[in-house]
Amino acid sequence: MQAHRLDRSLLVTTAVLVVVGMLTLYSAGQTDVPSFVTEIWKRQLLWLVLGIVGAILMFRVSPRILEWATPYAYGIAIALLILTLLVGTGAGTAASAKSWLAVGGVRIGQPVEAAKLATILMLARHLAGKREAPATLVEIVPSLVIVSVPFLLVALQPDLGSAIVFLGILFAMLFWVGVKGWLLLLLASPLISLLLGFNEYPWSAWIVVLTLILLVVRPYVLEGLVVWLTNVAMGVVVLKLWQTLAPYQQNRLLSFLNPELDPRATGWNIIQSKVAIGSGGIFGKGFAEGTQKRLAFLPEQHTDFIFSVIGEELGFIGVLVILALFTALLMVLVRIARGATDTYSSVLVLGVASMVFTHVFVNVGMTVGLMPIVGIPLPFFSYGGSFLVTCFVAVGLALRMAWESRLSGYAAL
Amino acid sequence: MTWQHPHDLARRARVGRLVVLAVFGILALMFFRVQVVSSARYQLQSEENRLRQVPLPAPRGLIVDRNGTVLAENVPGYSVALLASSPESLTAVLARLSPILPLDSAHVASIQRRYRQAPTEPVMIQRDAAFEVVSALEEQRVWNPGLVIQSDPKRYYPHGPVAAHLLGYVAEATEEEVREGKVRRGGVLVGRDGLERQYDDLLRGQDGFKFVEVDALGRTVREAREEATLAPEPGQTLRTTVDIELQQYIRDNFPPDSRGAVVALDPRNGEVLALYSAPSFDPNAFIGGYDPERWTELRESEEYPLFNRATQARYPPASPWKLAMATMALRREVVTMDSRMDISCTGGMRYYNRYFRCWKIEGHGDLTLAEAIQQSCDVYFYQLGLKLRLENLLHDAVELGFRERTGVDLPNEYQPLFPPSTEYYNRQYGPRGWTNAVTLNLAIGQGENSQTLINMVRFYAALASASGTAPEPRLVPGKPGRSRSLQLSASSIFGLREALVGVVAGGTAAAARIADLRIAGKTGTAQNPQGPDHGWFIAFAPAEDPVIVVGAIVEFAEHGSSVARLVTPIIARHLLGPDAVPTRAADYQLQTPADSAPEPVPILPDTSFFRSPADTAVSAGTPTR
Repeated sequence: MQAHRLDRSLLVTTAVLVVVGMLTLYSAGQTDVPSFVTEIWKRQLLWLVLGIVGAILMFRVSPRILEWATPYAYGIAIALLILTLLVGTGAGTAASAKSWLAVGGVRIGQPVEAAKLATILMLARHLAGKREAPATLVEIVPSLVIVSVPFLLVALQPDLGSAIVFLGILFAMLFWVGVKGWLLLLLASPLISLLLGFNEYPWSAWIVVLTLILLVVRPYVLEGLVVWLTNVAMGVVVLKLWQTLAPYQQNRLLSFLNPELDPRATGWNIIQSKVAIGSGGIFGKGFAEGTQKRLAFLPEQHTDFIFSVIGEELGFIGVLVILALFTALLMVLVRIARGATDTYSSVLVLGVASMVFTHVFVNVGMTVGLMPIVGIPLPFFSYGGSFLVTCFVAVGLALRMAWESRLSGYAAL
Repeated sequence: MTWQHPHDLARRARVGRLVVLAVFGILALMFFRVQVVSSARYQLQSEENRLRQVPLPAPRGLIVDRNGTVLAENVPGYSVALLASSPESLTAVLARLSPILPLDSAHVASIQRRYRQAPTEPVMIQRDAAFEVVSALEEQRVWNPGLVIQSDPKRYYPHGPVAAHLLGYVAEATEEEVREGKVRRGGVLVGRDGLERQYDDLLRGQDGFKFVEVDALGRTVREAREEATLAPEPGQTLRTTVDIELQQYIRDNFPPDSRGAVVALDPRNGEVLALYSAPSFDPNAFIGGYDPERWTELRESEEYPLFNRATQARYPPASPWKLAMATMALRREVVTMDSRMDISCTGGMRYYNRYFRCWKIEGHGDLTLAEAIQQSCDVYFYQLGLKLRLENLLHDAVELGFRERTGVDLPNEYQPLFPPSTEYYNRQYGPRGWTNAVTLNLAIGQGENSQTLINMVRFYAALASASGTAPEPRLVPGKPGRSRSLQLSASSIFGLREALVGVVAGGTAAAARIADLRIAGKTGTAQNPQGPDHGWFIAFAPAEDPVIVVGAIVEFAEHGSSVARLVTPIIARHLLGPDAVPTRAADYQLQTPADSAPEPVPILPDTSFFRSPADTAVSAGTPTR
């Protein structure tokens, strides 16, 4: 194996992110209040080793073998998700959810993280097998099914955050294979109806706009009808659906809309996060010196709100640097997807990019109140074995694809 | 056209990159808003989040006597308070501490209430904790980081019960006081009685504060920066006019197991030299949150030890009142010092169909005013009262201040009781329901007349002063209060003083004479329907130029003459110093005169006649005015 064919920029960006992530996790444990978080970076180090092993293994696997193994991987992931629903346990912030698989009381992992990768593989295999981009809603249905199965299983846990990640992956990959914008909009329209359904005026306006779009783009009559009716149904059903949400989910959504609602309970997290970030100012309070974190005002500083630690301790400058690192990583991934030797690899790497992007956007967005608090980890930063290993495996995949394309001289692109 | 055409991919890659840049750009903008634009606000919020104010109690000011001897001071003590994040955690910590710091449920409930009033401030759990408790709690601190153990100066009265009523005591502010904002925080010591209460604002000082850093659960992590600490400002030292040695002497010599009071004033300026009420109590007992049992004991004791008998007890003024009568009569020029009355004393006199007795059954014979004062002849003063007329008597007595508080700087001084005018009788008994006989009772200090000891002493201070004016009694020198003039000629004052000197030299108080001292005084025996009579004695010396007035009342003393033997040594000690052994005059006169405790004479038309005709001991007279 020729080392010069490794994608250096991907390796370097990942390595820098991993080092900064480990340091941040170490800092997150430096509190004045005794906490289990203090020792957690050591365990993350073990997971890191496991992740590197996983990445190397993945790098060794030929895309063809991977393509062949994809349906099995997908099947196993779905089976694990079903198993989790049946015997899963909760932990941490989502104690009432069934997200963990445990053997003999020891939690060994969250299958959803692996399922994200498996779904990317499966979707890539399906989309790469098509010569033409799906041009109608009916042609999208198989893709929809591939994503819907894990999506629904995850939503049932319930894990709202991961469910959002599946949607991000779906839309990004469909876009990458050339699905037209208006078709994606029609696909997303039930979700838009769902969100607007809380208030009848915006929703009515949306229905009018949708009707106009349908008249202009002229899809098949049946498809158009289905889309339109689905939208109407979503608008009507949404309130009923709202009532079926668990109170903590309702509270999370509500406190996203108005964090000051109940500062001690639901809005507490977001307020404390903003206080931590805001008090960091431009230059921050210094590595490991964040007072809000040290005094345990910042909740979940090692998982959901690890980015607030960066905001508090390294300031706005630190935030920009980390965002730039993630941007660099995503640029590299998009470049690899674009230069891939085969369609399967291309769609696969873009799927990985969309997964990383959704995680970063939602996680960082929720620390400043831009996104609801849905609790998904920040790649390479948040504590959590399953997701770290998944990320490393994904990077290993991308490295292999990049290596392949360099091998065939595509890298010039 | 396949979807993987390089141009298409390049275009989509551009769109993808744009999306990433746009979304992360929005994120960066959000962070810019929070971290740069609103940073100051969040910084403030983060400070407020983690900093808690812990008050540093100010030591109360000292109280010293006129010679600088400390009467109330502060000694080192420790208080235990708790910073809690929620009522639940407060309960939990209290439960955890219970092996070291046992608290009953009422106490816990009160702590909870106080916590709810100010949840961000440490709630006082125990003031004046024992050293063993404090050291045991210090060990527990790791598990209970909200504990605030700090030195909290504790009030101490070195003289204990000697000057208890005068100094008062301190106690923690009640919940009502905290609610009403009278004090800035719970757990503050406030003066509850005496000077401690009267001059509370001066003595209390200003609390300082320091900041401690707390975590999200309200647990103290460390003390914040030194420069943010504001040192407490101790209260001012209160210099009083009291002579604690004299006060101690009074306590030592007060008849044991008796109730009563002694007041010593400087007639020249109204300074209170001593003020003692018996029985006394130990004000140190109230420090550190009072023991409810002891409180109840003090509160409900039959002897009412908390009651200041010098300013809050009212007694019939009895014979000392005769000087007030003489003053009023001399002022109105009804009599002179040499005037004699129409009826000479034969042990009593008849007024209409009632017989008013003199205390001396044998009678005093024909007396001048000076002699009548000396002998305390009741018959003389009955007639003096009638000559003065009731309206004038009431008017002048009110003018002389017998219906007003002296204004001494002690809390809760009682107002003396005295009828403001004849209207009082009309209202009380109906316009035809009373007779002029009330004048006779009033003339000898009985009837509707109740005076506090301090008010009577104030009156005698006026007699003792050169100008016949009495300044307001004061315990702390300050702006002079209003003084009240007797409006007597110098010769009248001189005459009255000489008569009073005669009382001690050879009159009713002869047994209390002190050699080499010319003491002017007046004994009195106030009839007490509840038991043995109360004894009065008020005196001043030296008679030519008085520098001290001492008044005493001893409950159930039977006679004023015995009280005189308590008072004259006090005067002697003050004038001659502690080392001079006062040579008491020879006890040649062993009999102690009863002095003015005639049988109570009903002043009301007796209605019992109609119910029991057989009872003719007192017969109803026609009401005359």
